Amino acid sequence: MSKKLIDSGNAAAAMAVQLAAAEVIAAYPITPQTPLTEKLSELIAAGEMDAEYVAVESEHSALAVCIGAASAGVRPFTATSSNGLLYMSEQLHWAAGGRLPMVMCVVNRGIGAPWSVWNDHQDAISQRDTGWIQIFAKDHQEIVDMTLKAFRLAELVHIPVMVNYDGYYLSHTYMPFELPEAAEVRAFLPDYDYKHTLSPEHPESLNTVTLPDARNDINGVKQGSYMDIRHNLHQEMCLAMDVWEEIDADFQQRFGRGGAPILDPYCCDDAEFVVVAMGSIANQFRDVVDRLRQDDGLKIGVLALQMYRPFPIARIAEALQSFKGVMVCEKGLSYGNQGALYADLKSALYPYPARPRLHNFITGLGGREIRTDDLYLALKTACLQDDLTTPVQNDTPQWIGLQL
Amino acid sequence: MTNMTKTNVINLTDEEFIYPGNRACSGCGLSILYRIGLKALGRDCIFVVPPSCLTVMQGLYPIAATQMPILNGTFASTAAIATGVRAAMKRLGKKTQVVAWAGDGGTSDIGIQALSGALERNEDIIYICYDNEAYMNTGVQRSGTTPQGGLTTTTPYGKKETSKNVPDIVAAHNPAYIATCSASYPLDFHDKLIKAKEISGLKYIHIQTPCPPGWGCDERMTVKIGKMAIECGLFDLYEIEEGKKKLSEPSAKLLKKSKLRPVQDYLNMQTRFKALSKEQIAAMQERIDQKWEGYREEFAAK
Ligand SMILES: Cc1ncc(C[n+]2csc(CCOP(=O)(O)OP(=O)(O)O)c2C)c(N)n1
Ligand code: SF4
Ligand SMILES: [Mg+2]
Repeated sequence: MSKKLIDSGNAAAAMAVQLAAAEVIAAYPITPQTPLTEKLSELIAAGEMDAEYVAVESEHSALAVCIGAASAGVRPFTATSSNGLLYMSEQLHWAAGGRLPMVMCVVNRGIGAPWSVWNDHQDAISQRDTGWIQIFAKDHQEIVDMTLKAFRLAELVHIPVMVNYDGYYLSHTYMPFELPEAAEVRAFLPDYDYKHTLSPEHPESLNTVTLPDARNDINGVKQGSYMDIRHNLHQEMCLAMDVWEEIDADFQQRFGRGGAPILDPYCCDDAEFVVVAMGSIANQFRDVVDRLRQDDGLKIGVLALQMYRPFPIARIAEALQSFKGVMVCEKGLSYGNQGALYADLKSALYPYPARPRLHNFITGLGGREIRTDDLYLALKTACLQDDLTTPVQNDTPQWIGLQL
Repeated sequence: MTNMTKTNVINLTDEEFIYPGNRACSGCGLSILYRIGLKALGRDCIFVVPPSCLTVMQGLYPIAATQMPILNGTFASTAAIATGVRAAMKRLGKKTQVVAWAGDGGTSDIGIQALSGALERNEDIIYICYDNEAYMNTGVQRSGTTPQGGLTTTTPYGKKETSKNVPDIVAAHNPAYIATCSASYPLDFHDKLIKAKEISGLKYIHIQTPCPPGWGCDERMTVKIGKMAIECGLFDLYEIEEGKKKLSEPSAKLLKKSKLRPVQDYLNMQTRFKALSKEQIAAMQERIDQKWEGYREEFAAK
């Protein structure tokens, strides 16, 4: 029987990892991820979870342990936030380049300097080009479901998956969620299988030095080199979107939840305007949209982006075709340019004939309160804006919630 | 293990664990160690290797010079990756020996944090550091173990600082086993590995590894130089078990001598020391003499 409970987002993640039967856990504490790490070490120490807990001395080593375990054929798990994720950066590329299936929860938090322990998305966004699949949860139930699905995705496509959820907003708040039954999860998530597993019976040298050009192996068969290997990663990462949808469909059949694994629309069917966002703020926007519809008669919806890498270029461009205006609201940016999501989305739309008017909003950096009233006003203004503004004005990110 | 039979060229296994030919320079001390070390470790091993001359020596994709399973990892994380492989072996119920094999840079500098963590956790791995006393793979830059006065491309007038004593740093963590070895005594290395395999917990082996292009010597001098370092009493072969230090044969026999060969003999064999002043050499000799006086008191009584 599945179980209904009320607990924190971090506890939800820990229970999902327990259900996924990860066997090697290596993690280093950092706010707001810490309770997740503590919970896993508790479960293991109490004998409620059968796994090795490795108390490493850094995040760099946490991912190193996962890289070692995954390469040797055992399912690992780690989690981090903020500077911890950046400290792993070299290992992130290594795990992806080595095509290691693994899952990591990133409990999103702003990056120093100056220090902030509060939420934004700059940690994950700054690591978007590491070759990891990045998905974003909006609530506790999604943390559980996405984590379980992430293990299956990583192991099917041999690409590591980052499950992102908002620090504090989700990690430390209590919400109801349902935990599936262990036996059903086992049926959904087969045993870990890594085809290049390190073993003395079949010795292989993994991640050796490559030369710029393809080379013959000892049997005279030409083998691709760095560029070909990296091209494979890119191609297979793009295909991972389809695999993610298939996994979600299977999950939905088994557990009754799912159906919007990449783009999750709310009130979009008749909408002329749409706001695009990732993580818990997408749920906050549902209230804003309800009010705009009710009080102002504006036809507006929300499109939550659940998968940021691979970027669903065609899916998003097609979904946005019919709108008059698209507002991209994000908790991070590419400094000196624009919001990273905004820029991605804009480039996705370029080849298509219909070009909705675009707006970029930056909000909630370092945990700055995101007032629903402010969001309401920003969206309303954007919807009612006439077409006389210059392209440059439109293309400049607007910051919501600045206090000076 | 004290009555273990010593390996010699006659009873050393004929079985080879590497393929003929590798990418090391001729006269490379690491080449000797790798071949003999693998014979001691046997097939039931998994290796973890950071960027270093060993990475290149083991072959460039898609060709391997080794018959062993190797996991190449990032520079700073050797001991942590080995921890992960070890944890996986434990989960799989396998006894497979996990061997981290890194250079002095990968051990004493960038990798020291991960090593310290693994030491504290007393991971059941063998950690081998081959110490060629500089970053050789990147073209001879100084490392934490480059000797004072040594010339490298980043110490063009000689290194100002003294070198880190890595086995001492490791010893401060009280691991299960520590041994020092020399590429010039490969069978001593062989037997220490055989012993290490039987010990659970972290086993650390530090090997002085002459490197002709990095040290500025003739390729045929590798073994002679390594032996000279020991005969001069500069580099000592020993083991530390349960906190007790014991000199190994090539160094122990020097205890009987009242005077060791002058360190100058060792320095003269390599161009990397040509910037050393007379005073620096005298100070070096002084330190060696003092160390041996201590050794004589410590070990001679027993
Ligand atoms: C993070 C990182 N920094 C720097 C390097 C460049 N690098 C590769 S090997 C090496 C030196 C290795 O020195 P050592 O560990 O002593 O091994 P050796 O080459 O002497 O055998 C350096 C600096 C790297 N690969 N990764
Ligand atoms: S540079 Fe030195 S250590 Fe590296 S392969 Fe050449 S001889 Fe060996
Ligand atoms: Mg070196």
